[in-house]
Amino acid sequence: MDKNASPPPIAKTTLIGQRIKKPDAADKASGKTRYINDMVLPQMLIGKVLFAGRPHARIARIDTAAAQALPGVHAVLTGKDVAGLKFGFVRDNVALKDKVRCEHDEIAAVAAETEEIAARALELIQVEYEDLPGVFTPEAGAREGAPQIHDNFPGNKSLSFEFKHGDLAAAEAASDVIVDSVFRPHHVTHCCMGTSCAIADFDHNGKLTIWTQTQYPYNYKMDLAPALGISPGDIRVIQPPVGGAFGSKLDVYPYEPIAALLARKTGRPVKVLYSREEEFKAAPTRQAAIIHMRTGCTRDGVLTFRSADVLLDNGAYTSWGPTIPVIMMRTTSGHYRVPVVDFKAQAIYTNNPYAGSFRGYGNVQTTYATAQQMDMLADMVDMDPLEFHLKNAQKSGEVTPQKSFLRECALAQCLEIAAKASGYSRKRKEYAALRDAPGRHKKGIGLASSIHNAGGAKIHKSDGIGTILKVDDYARVTVITGASEIGQGIDAVITLIVAEELGVPLEHVTIVNNDSDIAPWDVGVHASRTTFIAGNGTRRAARKAKVQILNAAGKMLQERAEDLDLRGGSVVRDRDGAPLIKLDRLLRQMHFQAEPELVMVTDYYEPRSEPEGAKHISDHSAAYSHAVHVAEITVDTLTGEIKVDKVTVAQDVGRVINRMGLEGQIEGGVAMGLGYALSENMRIVDGMLTNSCFRDYKLITAPEMPPLDLHFIESNCAEGPYGAKGVSELPTIVIAPAIANALYNATGVRIFNPPMSPETVARAIHERRAQAAGDRAASQAEGLTV
Amino acid sequence: MTSAETEIIFKLNGREVCLKVPVTMKTLAMLRDKLGLTGTKYACGEGECGACTINVDGKTVNSCLMYAVDCDGREVVTIEGLRTPDGLHPVQQAFVDHGAVQCGFCMPGMIMQAQYLLENNPGLSREQARRGLEGNLCRCTGYTKVLDAVEALVDRSKCAAAAGRAAS
Repeated sequence: MDKNASPPPIAKTTLIGQRIKKPDAADKASGKTRYINDMVLPQMLIGKVLFAGRPHARIARIDTAAAQALPGVHAVLTGKDVAGLKFGFVRDNVALKDKVRCEHDEIAAVAAETEEIAARALELIQVEYEDLPGVFTPEAGAREGAPQIHDNFPGNKSLSFEFKHGDLAAAEAASDVIVDSVFRPHHVTHCCMGTSCAIADFDHNGKLTIWTQTQYPYNYKMDLAPALGISPGDIRVIQPPVGGAFGSKLDVYPYEPIAALLARKTGRPVKVLYSREEEFKAAPTRQAAIIHMRTGCTRDGVLTFRSADVLLDNGAYTSWGPTIPVIMMRTTSGHYRVPVVDFKAQAIYTNNPYAGSFRGYGNVQTTYATAQQMDMLADMVDMDPLEFHLKNAQKSGEVTPQKSFLRECALAQCLEIAAKASGYSRKRKEYAALRDAPGRHKKGIGLASSIHNAGGAKIHKSDGIGTILKVDDYARVTVITGASEIGQGIDAVITLIVAEELGVPLEHVTIVNNDSDIAPWDVGVHASRTTFIAGNGTRRAARKAKVQILNAAGKMLQERAEDLDLRGGSVVRDRDGAPLIKLDRLLRQMHFQAEPELVMVTDYYEPRSEPEGAKHISDHSAAYSHAVHVAEITVDTLTGEIKVDKVTVAQDVGRVINRMGLEGQIEGGVAMGLGYALSENMRIVDGMLTNSCFRDYKLITAPEMPPLDLHFIESNCAEGPYGAKGVSELPTIVIAPAIANALYNATGVRIFNPPMSPETVARAIHERRAQAAGDRAASQAEGLTV
Repeated sequence: MTSAETEIIFKLNGREVCLKVPVTMKTLAMLRDKLGLTGTKYACGEGECGACTINVDGKTVNSCLMYAVDCDGREVVTIEGLRTPDGLHPVQQAFVDHGAVQCGFCMPGMIMQAQYLLENNPGLSREQARRGLEGNLCRCTGYTKVLDAVEALVDRSKCAAAAGRAAS
């Protein structure tokens, strides 16, 4: 080999927008990944919970003596062991109850050698209940003289929210058309494939280590501490791989303090793992609500106002569910240009299961209303909905009444692209014309859009993230970050960004993000923030490391640092890509020289969003985004079954980072939204869940998943990493009203109480036909008398 | 409380195994709790989700429904047994390459079922794959990338079968 031949130049390339594999995929596909559900610790005991199994009752007597005496039982706890240890959003919850307020209330807990012994011990606990009359709808709970669920919440009133903007009476008077409807979105639940699980262990200094599925490790410490009466500083949170989260792990739920209390009592690690039935009953729900919405417009299709009066089913305790009006009102005020807004929401305690946060966070329910009313108004003023939407679509730079600044707004583009790709306007006319023609199967097409946060939401004092990045002597990079991985693929995004900035192979990047004693602050996986916030944090840290490396290289090579770049594992001349020194060699030289230096940088990134505030007038997210879905369906008018034939998606993603991960988030989000729209429904009868299994609670399966036609609009967000926006919630939000609008197009019926199950749809079609037949008969009768 | 135990001998991932199991124990519990093969997942325990899918004598089974004693004398393959000396099984690799894995919890079962479908019908259509995977629930992916991964293997497994026949 010719020693003088210079190595070939390394061209500048980019990974942004490429398809990269998830770093943990191979271990997951091979069965090697050890999820929290799989974990076993030496000396570990099994914790089990006794649920009330009734919706509202006083506990007259509880006798645990027989359970305590059972060999193999190490601890039995009841409400008296946790007196005063209130936790939750409004401190209305406690790990073990002294009164029953919902079916899954935790009455006692045991820790035993095996699951069988723990289960047997639960059977030996004797509880005498005195049942109380219950409250099972928010209307009933709000009624005067309704049974009171919490002594300190009179009238069963939980949280309330209000936002008003402009003169409603004047706007109503100026409207030529007003649509007025009541929507009743239903209870659904996350159905994470990995059921809820926590493992807790105390050391002899009183410090708790908890292995948990949480998706917000730092606030989790703050929220868990009062349930145990310890300092948040004495909690170490470890996040093993989880089987899904979707918002369900954005709060503390009683099984977690129960595991910790049992661990403290026994001095041994304790694991609590739910069965699927327990998961259905005890895991949080998506909030059910009653949304009375009114929207007005002029004859030529300009929106004049939107009002929403929302009654939320709080359930028995206040988790994050009743806080969803924070987002509901952003959609009410910001989904299209709405000059006048009147929003109010009241959450009412009931004896139903209680809601947590869930992907889409209030916007799934609200967009089901706003997007259908847009369709209804277009119909009433006899406009093509596309034209109506375009007429009211905001443009870049507009500010909503709540002061959401739509810096880069691609709503109109999303509308045009989705409509064109699907042939929306032509098909809509064609199908509407065939609506009342003979034939059992009807085709329909529906368009819906929504707006959502795409860069976090400053509901805490900080929406920031800390990042520590080090590069070792072998040019292997470790990123220590607060960003949690719950399956969504932030691991791939962080890896891609590090490789992009430092020119190292993807497989040379390691992420440490699952131990609160090691990784710095982050607010958690929510509000479509992680790619945006953690992406920016990673990029900033990597750029600091790059500056340090190139400065050292410049000194060593006697070149100007700004003339150098990092590519293909080498320092190269930026101009022509000529490799000057291998990166690992440079790093060793930096480390072992006379004035040694290590590459280890820190970064704290706080987005420029504004705190939400009590008045809800603030630019609370670092970015906002839109998506448009066009659903094409076939309706069996006899059975009411809806088959979704195709969905066209156009979404403003800011900029594509990892294309494969992005597609996966949208496909999965649409599937989740399809379940919400068509089949998922917690059937709660007088506070009791009657369908706590997958046989009766129907998720979307492979045959029902329609082909998707995905279009990514790159609006290039100024603050986002490489221009990216958060993406993962919109797909779940927009699909249901797109199907509802398609159902109207196909059959002329509207469903205000989802899901659009065969039974509901068939009934609505039948009623419409009966009504039409009645009208015909009436007009014929009228004709005879004239 | 302790139930009667019985000894069983069966082939697990290519090796003979002999152990005592309670007669009431399910295969899923035996694999996870007795043998440490945690790749096979519990997600419903009622045969409704497919996360615990394993292969017994060439057919896929919900291991949460099958008694461990019924493994006696049979050939059982779990997700851990798909691995080849060269690394991941082609089905596992295709799932990785096509982005079919997000949280991944359902994937061992999904991959076992996909492998079974491909082995028994190397030329299967996307529609057949949809039907064949109907019993495997996934909450993350919307199945699209799972079907992409299976579809990508359709030709290759045809080729593999043809090559196998030619060699023999």
